[in-house]
Amino acid sequence: MKKMVYMDNERSTMVAKEVIDVMISYFDKYYGHPASIHGLGEQAHDAIDESAETIAHSINAKYNEIVFTSGGTEANDLAIRGIAYANKDKGKHIITSKIEHPSIMRITEQLSKQGFEIDYLNVDEKGFINIEQLKQLIRDETILVSIMHANHEIGAIQPIKEIGELLKDQKHKIHFHVDGQASYTRLPIDVQEFNLDALTLSAHKIHGPKGIGAIYSREKTKIDPILLGYVSLSRLRPGTENVPGIVGFGKAAEIAFKNFSEYVTHMKNLRDELLEGIENAIPEILLHGPRGDKRSPSNVNFSFKYIEGEAIMMYLNMNGVYVSTGSACASRKLEPSHVLSAIGIPPEIAHGSILFALSRYNKKEDVDYVLEVLPRVVNQLRNMSPLWHKMQERS
Amino acid sequence: MGIRYNKKVMEHFMNPKNVGTLEDADTVIEEGNPVCGDMLRMYLKIEEGKIKDIKFLSFGCAANIATASVITELAKGRTLEEAKKITMKEVAENLDNLPRIKMHCAALAAKALQKAIEEYRESEEAKEDKE
Repeated sequence: MKKMVYMDNERSTMVAKEVIDVMISYFDKYYGHPASIHGLGEQAHDAIDESAETIAHSINAKYNEIVFTSGGTEANDLAIRGIAYANKDKGKHIITSKIEHPSIMRITEQLSKQGFEIDYLNVDEKGFINIEQLKQLIRDETILVSIMHANHEIGAIQPIKEIGELLKDQKHKIHFHVDGQASYTRLPIDVQEFNLDALTLSAHKIHGPKGIGAIYSREKTKIDPILLGYVSLSRLRPGTENVPGIVGFGKAAEIAFKNFSEYVTHMKNLRDELLEGIENAIPEILLHGPRGDKRSPSNVNFSFKYIEGEAIMMYLNMNGVYVSTGSACASRKLEPSHVLSAIGIPPEIAHGSILFALSRYNKKEDVDYVLEVLPRVVNQLRNMSPLWHKMQERS
Repeated sequence: MGIRYNKKVMEHFMNPKNVGTLEDADTVIEEGNPVCGDMLRMYLKIEEGKIKDIKFLSFGCAANIATASVITELAKGRTLEEAKKITMKEVAENLDNLPRIKMHCAALAAKALQKAIEEYRESEEAKEDKE
């Protein structure tokens, strides 16, 4: 069989075998509607509560504070617009950052057209927000701060605990939402310690199925539903619950937290091996994001100067290595990654970026294989590049 | 990645024709800008009004490399007059078409070739004026 190495885990992950196994019976055995008051309905309802309990426990919340959605995009939408609409009589000012996921940024853009004022925090060259800037931006009308925990492209881990403390100390209520999609099961999250009012989670980033996510919403948080319709179990999210998906999500969380530190250590070791291996093998490169403990355990992102990311990605693809790029050429908008722009990376370097996103299923052999293939691919493309030739001629 | 290429584009991308430099080129030009993510350098060797040899270097995506590869194949052996007429459409057709979002790569390749031919002609005219 052809060698295959999957390192696109920030986008989506393999569903764990155990997860698939528990999901199946909720298609063909326990298919009742969770709001039905008969045997099959109760079975489905209990399964949802059990998953909510598992997930709640993993973030130090209560099971009734977990509401399932169709994924991270919907959870982010529900958190931002739900809190904004429900609290607009208190103020219409929201603070977020310049490196959030599009599922936050598209919503804040929309809200600004509806009369909300949005401030976007700058980040430094490693991708960290500045607490002092946040302090200065807070005013009486501020109702919500939304900051992602770990960044999905460059792995920078934001000082969520410090932000939570700052917001707690304000004289008026400022809601705190965190997008935890890129950190859940990879970094500890404690909604009490972090003082969170809302948190976004997604199943398919943690070896669960696609099409299912969740929002943690603190009890008594003022938040409006965004979808309207038949209320099954939750006022906040009407519609019939995706029971197999929810069961799968709960199982995925259970497995991840059972061996949390073992999995995280495994990913960290691979991350550092890959990161150092690339730095030793290839000249003229740039690491995006921080090093060490402030970097997500699963994230390695480099720009390979003088060549373009889509070409690198597709040559790697031909060798069975699956990654992603921040190059404009690989996006439908033809703009380079807004995260790389925000940390000050010029477009010609952002075009050459490749994200290697690890999971607990990656092995040392995968890293070795990438370190064997990648230098060859980079050389091949550099030999074709007028910019590389120019650089060689100069030196 | 959002963009899918057909077999022909992938063939030219994986095994591009006429990649490299020409030591004895009559004209060397660059077109495009690394800031925008695509750039070509083209080398032309011209004999008796025909393109005898042509090579390219590319900073760019798969479509950039594939369009440069196919236009150098189309241009080789043609007269300057004929080669100048190669359009973006012709480049795309010879790749069994390109995703619409990548048509600018075909445009860049055609523009680069035209620019190379024009620059060659201008330099020839300048030579004649001197004589």
